[in-house]
Amino acid sequence: MTAALAPNSADDPLAYRPVALVDLLDRVLATGVVISGDITLSIAEVDLVRISLRALVASVGALASPENTG
Amino acid sequence: MSSTAEVTTQRSAPAAGAWLHGVVRDVEPATLAGIAGMDGGPVRAVSAAGLVAVVSAAPMDEYGEEPLRRNLEDLVWLERAARAHHAVVETLARQGPVVPARLATVHSGDDGVAASLAARRAELVATLDRLTGRGEWGVKGYLVPGAASVNAEAASAGGVGTAYLRRRRAQLTAREEHQQVASAAADAVHAALCEVAVAGRRHAPQDRRLSGAPTPMVLNGAYLVDVSALSRFTDLLGSLGGRHPGVRLELTGPWPAYSFVAERPAPDGVVGESR
Repeated sequence: MTAALAPNSADDPLAYRPVALVDLLDRVLATGVVISGDITLSIAEVDLVRISLRALVASVGALASPENTG
Repeated sequence: MSSTAEVTTQRSAPAAGAWLHGVVRDVEPATLAGIAGMDGGPVRAVSAAGLVAVVSAAPMDEYGEEPLRRNLEDLVWLERAARAHHAVVETLARQGPVVPARLATVHSGDDGVAASLAARRAELVATLDRLTGRGEWGVKGYLVPGAASVNAEAASAGGVGTAYLRRRRAQLTAREEHQQVASAAADAVHAALCEVAVAGRRHAPQDRRLSGAPTPMVLNGAYLVDVSALSRFTDLLGSLGGRHPGVRLELTGPWPAYSFVAERPAPDGVVGESR
């Protein structure tokens, strides 16, 4: 699996720590610009976010063991 | 809904839409060539109205509305998609300002992408201008058990039965107070960080089942910070940590400015531009 690394600056103590999936989802699901047009999901957007978060909570087993604590 | 019937596809090349990663002013072909997009495939630029949208091919059998809806419920798929999308946006953000697209923004083709660039040009340009020279930083605050004032012991005098009840009630009260103190500290931390940041907003606290954190989250803030103000921001964060022992603060970032491009930012906890 491609280990996505945390963005970092030279003197940042967080450098090279993998991005936590929860932090990432906070941002890529709940925010970000929605450019309308012929988006196939334009109507379903809100629902999609809700559905996927519910799925997430249901799949907690997979997430509850953060591998990036060290 | 049976859309498969009208889609004329060959087995080898299913109809492909465009998964939008983000919008930039400009991007070097060399930069694009070095980026892996969805499913590890190449990304390409769709230029229109003086802007560039960076997209991945999104075969409709995986990224069409129905399959996408299903896939977003699949945690493994979701994580892979989120990380692939983020990797592209992050690389773009290193080159300059980028307006990130929300996950699963799929157009049926490049024409649609170009049309939305043209239609939203003014807004996108304004957002790019606003993000230039700035980065998003995340600050999470977790409740620290036992750090707030504990009044439980003081209430333990009295008879055996009543003492138990009183103690129990005091414990509950202490826990509530504790939570209140932490929550007030979170408000104070957020307000202070917003003074140094260009803008700030609070995401919903993360579910502990998702974050795996041992204690509840009381602050899930995002801050848009000028590069030149970054050391002030981190210094402030350090001193806030000392000032509020009831909350453990954690910094993440820099992030692409995901939290500061929403068309209509959520009203809760959003501060306006200070400049």
